[in-house]
Amino acid sequence: MSGIPHDHYEPKTNGEKWLHSRLPIVGLLYDTIMIPTPKNLNWMWIWGIVLTFCLALQIVTGIILAMHYTPQVDMAFASIEHIMRNVNGGHFIRYLHMNGASLFFVAVYLHIFRGLYYGSYKAPREITWIIGMLIYLAMMGTAFMGYVLPWGQMSFWGATVITGLFGAIPFIGESIQTWLLGGPAVGNATLNRFFSLHYLLPFVIAALVALHIWAFHTTGNNNPTGVDVRRSSKTEAEKDTVSFWPYFVIKDLFALAVILVVFFAIVGFMPNYLGHPDNYIEANPLVTPAHIVPEWYFLPFYAILRAFTADVWVVMFANWITGGIVDAKFFGVLAMFGAIAVMALAPWLDTSSVRSGRYRPMFKWWFWLLAIDFVVLMWVGAMPAEPPYSTISLIASGYWFAYFLVILPLLGVIEKPEAQPATIEEDFDAHYGKAETPAE
Amino acid sequence: MFKKTGIAALTALALSAGGAWAAGAEAHVEDIAFSFEGPFGKFDQNQLQRGLKIYTQVCSACHGMQYVPLRTLGDEGGPHLPEDQVRAYSAQFEVFDKELDDTRPAIPADHFPGSALENAPDLSLMAKKRAGFHGPYGSGMSQLFNGMGGPEYIYSLMTGYHEAPECAPEDFPGSYNAAFAAGGFPESCKDDHGHHTVPGSWIAMGQPLWGDDVEFDDGTEATLEQSAEDVAAFLMWTAEPKMMARQHAGLVGVIFLTLLSVLLYLTNKRIWAPIKGKKTH
Repeated sequence: MSGIPHDHYEPKTNGEKWLHSRLPIVGLLYDTIMIPTPKNLNWMWIWGIVLTFCLALQIVTGIILAMHYTPQVDMAFASIEHIMRNVNGGHFIRYLHMNGASLFFVAVYLHIFRGLYYGSYKAPREITWIIGMLIYLAMMGTAFMGYVLPWGQMSFWGATVITGLFGAIPFIGESIQTWLLGGPAVGNATLNRFFSLHYLLPFVIAALVALHIWAFHTTGNNNPTGVDVRRSSKTEAEKDTVSFWPYFVIKDLFALAVILVVFFAIVGFMPNYLGHPDNYIEANPLVTPAHIVPEWYFLPFYAILRAFTADVWVVMFANWITGGIVDAKFFGVLAMFGAIAVMALAPWLDTSSVRSGRYRPMFKWWFWLLAIDFVVLMWVGAMPAEPPYSTISLIASGYWFAYFLVILPLLGVIEKPEAQPATIEEDFDAHYGKAETPAE
Repeated sequence: MFKKTGIAALTALALSAGGAWAAGAEAHVEDIAFSFEGPFGKFDQNQLQRGLKIYTQVCSACHGMQYVPLRTLGDEGGPHLPEDQVRAYSAQFEVFDKELDDTRPAIPADHFPGSALENAPDLSLMAKKRAGFHGPYGSGMSQLFNGMGGPEYIYSLMTGYHEAPECAPEDFPGSYNAAFAAGGFPESCKDDHGHHTVPGSWIAMGQPLWGDDVEFDDGTEATLEQSAEDVAAFLMWTAEPKMMARQHAGLVGVIFLTLLSVLLYLTNKRIWAPIKGKKTH
């Protein structure tokens, strides 16, 4: 592995040498865990460990749940109740899994916004960013399909609405929708394939996570200053970094433990708070719920989907220029996926030579506006699609696109960045003072 | 600053998102201090037994509870009936046995029967499938701090039957209920903007509880309010029978993780001490 110079694993005993010459796995683990890490990382750099924990938690609890769950439309709902009532500890495992999804998304959103603020997506970390976006997409797919499995009212109608989005694609949409569902409507075939994919995708995510880590271990971590680690020699590098173990492992585990205190309180005392009560009603294709609302973590993008109605001028323009092929529904679908696409393109849309938002006086304001925008979108996503919410969601959706497509490219040109510290060491010492170095 | 703001924002959105699922507007839900609310709440065994009696003698005429195994009536933390009583209670229901190809009296291993009346919803999960009240302004704050949820809704529904307001035509179908939002509503009770002038709506179910419907074995007076509270508590138990075990596990988790956090905090402080010099400010 190239990157920041550091000590590598040296097999000492004969047994270690024997293994190392055949499979250098211990060396790989050593290099991974002892990776030089910028010593000025702040508390926003803990979400990676939280996310890794979430993935492990969801896989472990999910495997146990799958042992007792029945993916069949007449039995799925009852099998969940079986887990809740008859399986030893089943109720707690299910609530861990249910709320684990929420923790997963809380962590991923904070992780993404940390990256956006400190410019973690910028060169040379574009690949890390892109893989991260793929992980995020896979997470959304997994969570969506997982929500269908209990076969409650929101499961069924959520699946109907979301797969219906593909039906909005001109010409081939309906065929795609039928192909996805395995039939003309959400039914047993849909439930079966969603179960199969819900079990598969987490392992795809795990593989992507390995690539994500590999990529940023090659480039080195970003840090709050955005200034690169000096890597001309090991001695230089050691002024800017400490090894991941034990310094950041312990720090991250501390943060994880604090977060888990809150998580266990929610699972123990209010496990259904983030859920929708309608999902305790068994799916009924004949009764449509009054409000079909996705889980909270989808709401911002759901708001963007609904924001572009037929009376919005961009929609009318798109409709006119494509000769009616792009209608409001398809435009909404394009906008929703486009919202994630423009975020994925941030490395190339951001023209600033300065990486960290800390030294970008104008960027800061726009960034925080984006964060607020995200929360506003989440809120309007849960509201009915009527005035004044429709106007708010249109403005908020517009800002999302404007931030990535207009503001990021322009800021790099017009903004005058503040002075950055020359080195990470300088930034660290400014905070903590110079460590008393023992005489060498 | 980033972290603090971020957490504040997320808390706010979690609250607003969680609270967004208002069941319906303009229905009145009463807040009741149930014994099982809060992290240390417990089901009241006597109350559950009273609720079971109301369910058996009143509700079960039309409604069923197909997900609830009869044996759980003997569970500790639940109604906790003695084994012979569970057996005797079960025997009053007839169930269809596939192996016999005939009906037979139910045994504790069977479930409660399903609803007898086709359009009467199953009550197993009623306390979880109704949101109750998510206010104020859909924030969910009341639910969070006062525990206003499904059981409150059931209580309010049971006590929400009133004389139909004068604005309604006399032959309007159903019974007027101030806590029921999802029913029929006469045009004549709306103002010029289409807003409802009276709370609630008209529900298909006739008033089930009037007070003195059953005689409680523990001598509690069966007033309407008492009966409504008892049956609401009972239905909370049928919806979430493992609630106390869950709260216990959650509490153990919180305590141990708090302890772990303290230990990790001290460890972290110690290992970083040589790296960090003295703070200059």
